[in-house]
Amino acid sequence: MTIVNYDPRLVKTKNPYPKGPNDWKRFFSFNTDAKVIGIQYIVTALFFLLIGGLLGMLIRGELITPPSDLFDPTVYNGLYTMHGTIMLFLFLFPILSGLTNLLVPPMIGAPDMAFPKLNALAFWLVPVFSIILLLSFFVPGGPASSGWWSYPPISIQNPLGKVLNGEMLWIIAISLSGISSIIGAVNFVTTIIRMRAPGMGFFKMPIFIWTVLAAQLLQLLGLPALTGGAIMLFFDLTFGTSFFRVEGGGDPVLFQHFFWFYSHPAVYVMVLPVFGIFSELFPVYSRKPLFGYKFVAVASFGITILSLVVWVHHMFYTGTPMWMRNLFMFTTMLIAVPTGVKVFAWIATLWGGNIRLSTPMLFCLGGLFNFIFGGITGVMLATVPVDIHVGNTYFVVAHFHYIIFNTIAFGIFAAIYHWFPKFTGKMFYEGLGKVHFALTFIGATLNWLPLHWAGLLGMPRRVASYDPEFAIWNVLASVGAFILGVASIPFILNMVSSWVRGKPAPPNPWKAIGLEWLLPSPPPHENFEEDIPTVLNEPYCYGLNKPFVEDEQFYIEKSLIKH
Amino acid sequence: MLTENQNLSLNHKPGHVKHDGHNMTGFIIFLCSESIIFFAFFVGYSVLKISAPVWYPAGINGIDIKMPLINTVILVSSSFVIYFAEKYLHKKNLWGFRIIWFITMIMGSYFVYGQYVEWSELTFSLQSGAFGGMFYLLTGFHGLHVITGILLMGLMLFRSFIPDNYKGGEMGVESVSLFWHFVDVIWIILFGLIYLWQ
Ligand code: HEM
Ligand SMILES: [Cu+2]
Repeated sequence: MTIVNYDPRLVKTKNPYPKGPNDWKRFFSFNTDAKVIGIQYIVTALFFLLIGGLLGMLIRGELITPPSDLFDPTVYNGLYTMHGTIMLFLFLFPILSGLTNLLVPPMIGAPDMAFPKLNALAFWLVPVFSIILLLSFFVPGGPASSGWWSYPPISIQNPLGKVLNGEMLWIIAISLSGISSIIGAVNFVTTIIRMRAPGMGFFKMPIFIWTVLAAQLLQLLGLPALTGGAIMLFFDLTFGTSFFRVEGGGDPVLFQHFFWFYSHPAVYVMVLPVFGIFSELFPVYSRKPLFGYKFVAVASFGITILSLVVWVHHMFYTGTPMWMRNLFMFTTMLIAVPTGVKVFAWIATLWGGNIRLSTPMLFCLGGLFNFIFGGITGVMLATVPVDIHVGNTYFVVAHFHYIIFNTIAFGIFAAIYHWFPKFTGKMFYEGLGKVHFALTFIGATLNWLPLHWAGLLGMPRRVASYDPEFAIWNVLASVGAFILGVASIPFILNMVSSWVRGKPAPPNPWKAIGLEWLLPSPPPHENFEEDIPTVLNEPYCYGLNKPFVEDEQFYIEKSLIKH
Repeated sequence: MLTENQNLSLNHKPGHVKHDGHNMTGFIIFLCSESIIFFAFFVGYSVLKISAPVWYPAGINGIDIKMPLINTVILVSSSFVIYFAEKYLHKKNLWGFRIIWFITMIMGSYFVYGQYVEWSELTFSLQSGAFGGMFYLLTGFHGLHVITGILLMGLMLFRSFIPDNYKGGEMGVESVSLFWHFVDVIWIILFGLIYLWQ
């Protein structure tokens, strides 16, 4: 081994942000630094969480009473369509891209992403398609109103006969979002495959990196199918073709296949990184190694492969032949196996651990609890006879909100708190964080738990008025939704005031293992710059006395130097 | 914390991560993904065709195969031609590369022209049922890729006149050539689906 004498204080530090001014202005420019892009994504996405949440509260406002009194039913159709679309394509996907941008390069010891310019392009497409989508509120006929899945024949009706209509803008926005996601996916996969630190073989990568790789491969495999379907839908709507029009020999169910071939994997694109976040955080906050690291890692790819062959469980009641239903019931239930491996590994990690209930950990625990619940309702829905009964009712709505909000968004909040000190260099206020958690957990439970009953009793989804027998569940749900709205106040307060005037954060406030924690907070422009650590073990050896990187002390001391 | 005169030393050689040279990896990943759009269209075509009671629009029993067959031969052979262009570049024979590369461009342009002639002679349109839509969608989408390929080749040809452009490797030429092979393979499947399976 060669000895290199190296004192970082003697090396002239390059401008840590050579590609732009080191102030807030860089967040409004075409900056190619993954850490800037990550924050751009996250802040933009949180803004759309507010908009989408506002639409959600309007929906719950309508549903607090049985008759449709607040909105015209047509307007209501537009509201839930835009609510779902905004939440998925303007909040969840961008915020996960943001976290991935922030975390992947430092976690693998890379200076930046493989294609920084493309990375910036992928981000700047977000405001573009967001504006296109929001503009659809102002075109004649209003925004798209056929639900987030945009099934024909409803979606290609175009009642006003105008070329420029809400549905058309919707398709354009979704396609641009798809382009942005594909650029992102190419970038993430290339970065992970080609730019890992020396010594970081696949089985030494953090689980978050595993899950990102699995999720982004799913994007690459699935998203083009939706793009293909969207192009055909666009032609049907605008040029009068008959791909999905029965009158012209087309087949509307074909669109459902295109849509779900991607959109089922899409839910795993969103949940896999959250599995990664759980796997990162549980060991830190229970001071124990991750149980069954290799199994948890490989299970991510089990999920990737299986989730490509379950999409028909969304079409059990749309004329699917019996053999196909049985086949897809079987594959859907199989996916509970790799998922179960992960859940057991997390519980085993927590078991007997020295648990510290700080804000990120609370969100993780809440998210895990909700995920187990949502997974059980998922298996119920995968059972054909059950689904025939509750398909298209509020039971489905309750199931997927338990996953999408109560698990995925919880995991995202956990990640934001956990890595906030690292990337802003400031500590957040723990008290406000706990208030945020309490309000979110209460609001979310009150919002979606009662809807299971409404669904089991037969309340259909996507209706502005309903039978008074369902009133009690809807009142509870609406109260929960408004509590969730209130929960955003301590969150925003916490984020803004901590970033502006919070206590400076040390490099490793949670005593966590991981390459990113060997960097100063916030990390310099190119992370480890010229001396990238050599990784010796996976980053979960809490209490095992195994070294993480070669010469760990050097990096720890280097990270403590003030610039 | 460190004091000023304490010396930090690293007991091993620090690692490096390559900053660039990932373009080919990225491009291959992109092409794999792109092929899925075509795959989706092919599946759509097959499903609609299998389940349709009448597939062709009224008054049509099938499509003429002669013109497309010539086109196929041209496109497939251009895949071999472009391979030789690359060879010349590897051997640093710039003019050989330029000439053969240009021949590939001409063959590609002929393909587009042939496609245009075929389109203008057809008696059905984009709106003629599921078949009409599918036919123009598939050939049109593929044609767009051919045109993109020709434009990219033009760009590479142009760049070959910049002095020393290929000193650092021929990444651009290699990816365009890969793209061309991709367009070619897609066409072979498309030809089988639309023209042979009647
Ligand atoms: C892991 C994360 C999961 C996410 C993000 C998720 C998300 C969703 C979404 C968004 C829908 C509703 C689509 C719609 O109708 O608009 C849905 C429905 C469904 N989910 Fe999940 N889900 C997850 C897990 C599961 C699991 C583990 C299973 C079964 C083992 C499952 C089975 C189903 C079934 C069968 C439906 C269709 C219900 C119907 O339309 O009648 N899900 N899920
Ligand atoms: Cu699904």
